[in-house]
Amino acid sequence: MRKITTIKKKKIAVPKDSICGWVYNDTVKEHFMYPKNFLTNDEEYDADGVGMVGSPACGDMMMVWIKVDKKSQKIKECKWRTFGCASAIASTSMMSVMATEKGGMELNKAIYLKPEQIVDRLGGLPDRKFHCSVLGQEALKEAVEDYLKHAKNSKQK
Amino acid sequence: MKKYIYLDYAATTPIDENVIKLINKTNTLFYGNPGSLHESGRLAKAQIEKSREEISNHLNTSPDEIIFTGSGTESDNLAILGIAHAHKQHGKHIIISTIEHKAVLESALRLKDEGFEVSFAPVDKNGILDIGSFKKLLQKDTILVSIMYANNEIGTIQPIKEISEILRPIKQKTGYPLFHTDACQAAGVLSLNVNDLGVDLLTINGSKIYGPKGVGCLYVKKGINLEPQILGGGQEKNKRSGTENISLIVGFAKALTIATRKQESENIRLKQLQNYLIDKIQKTIPKAYLNGHITKRLPNNINFSFSGIEGEAMILLLDQAKIYCSTGSACSSSDLSPSHVLLATGLALELAHGSLRITLGRKTTKKDLDTMVDELAKIINFLRKISTIKV
Repeated sequence: MRKITTIKKKKIAVPKDSICGWVYNDTVKEHFMYPKNFLTNDEEYDADGVGMVGSPACGDMMMVWIKVDKKSQKIKECKWRTFGCASAIASTSMMSVMATEKGGMELNKAIYLKPEQIVDRLGGLPDRKFHCSVLGQEALKEAVEDYLKHAKNSKQK
Repeated sequence: MKKYIYLDYAATTPIDENVIKLINKTNTLFYGNPGSLHESGRLAKAQIEKSREEISNHLNTSPDEIIFTGSGTESDNLAILGIAHAHKQHGKHIIISTIEHKAVLESALRLKDEGFEVSFAPVDKNGILDIGSFKKLLQKDTILVSIMYANNEIGTIQPIKEISEILRPIKQKTGYPLFHTDACQAAGVLSLNVNDLGVDLLTINGSKIYGPKGVGCLYVKKGINLEPQILGGGQEKNKRSGTENISLIVGFAKALTIATRKQESENIRLKQLQNYLIDKIQKTIPKAYLNGHITKRLPNNINFSFSGIEGEAMILLLDQAKIYCSTGSACSSSDLSPSHVLLATGLALELAHGSLRITLGRKTTKKDLDTMVDELAKIINFLRKISTIKV
């Protein structure tokens, strides 16, 4: 005869990271909840270049302000603001870190920064978030171009 | 202190404890196939018929007008597709509102692909059906009108009686158009008396009334034929095949009975909480706009848009604070487009992206709402600080 075992009251096991874990990984979460380098007051910020991408209507809009080291042609500071979802905020924050770390990114590298590089550093994003929310690099590119345009103009003067 | 604050009752409700007990008991006692001839089957069948009668009483109709299904979505599909297919010789035009649940909307779009003509009746800026525009959409060949009783996102209550009054004289001549209403959100809150409402078909389900998920029913007025969408053993008078889920049906009926019993007192309590929360949000958070109608709305629904922020970010931060709500933002939807309901009310895209739906229920207390607003204010302040859009 089969032994009958009584079922004791057990806590239901909950899978930690798979199903009920966060939509985003820990790095994304960190940059979303504690974003780095965002700019609170742009009126008092004397930027060398400014760039913008997106619109309120499409749900994502980023602005980037940069300061450039004239000698080395590297980004000294990269500030930003984002209207958008968690991955839009996190990816812009990560971008600002990448642009300023290790003494700053060279301008010609910043112009060619790819969304894939940002996503890689974030340790991945859900597929559906990739194309719509990683837009910060476009604002950065615009900011660099804005700086270069002004630098050229002032040289001509 | 609660471990978390659940404010998403319109998404689904927790199951009433008495309903859980009854479901478990039914599962143990009545496992026979209701289609079987032996006693085990007959006992199971009796449980279903008892539940059918219970539900029909709440709808003020007769038991043979109730078809059990697997969900509210399935009932909506059966109503729209089933009626259109069975009555197409009388006409190929149907009307639905612009704020229908996707279960109705997608069924209507399927019909459009099949060659039916579908008209969308607009709503005003408060999310209430525009009766004047609706009247103009009626055609000689309109066979079906489907307007939801109460909206799931903004909670607006639609003028169902008024619509059936408009349809009545037309129907007296030709028998058409038939009138369906999705009452999933209205169940347990508003009267489901189908005679008063004047509807021919009505959808309700278990998961919004503290009953089980995976069960719903469709009321179909006697004498109205519809094409089954699930074929097989001919259960539910050939309208919906598949072995009946006895315990869920029994639990569903019980949940509706309990919800009806609590309806009056809960409505009063929720209305007070609703007013309190709306007032508190408007006083605490600048640039907060209430979506939907101020009075013609379900007592448990609050829907706000906050300018300058995006809904998914807001929901995730609330989740982090153990407060569970939902949003009509594009980022949170599977098709990456913002809520069609909010857009139908003419809301600007930016505000549709920044919407928050808070829905209250039996366990909600005033203290929960105080905690909620405190957290929400912090979150909105934070998101606005990093937002490109300055408010």
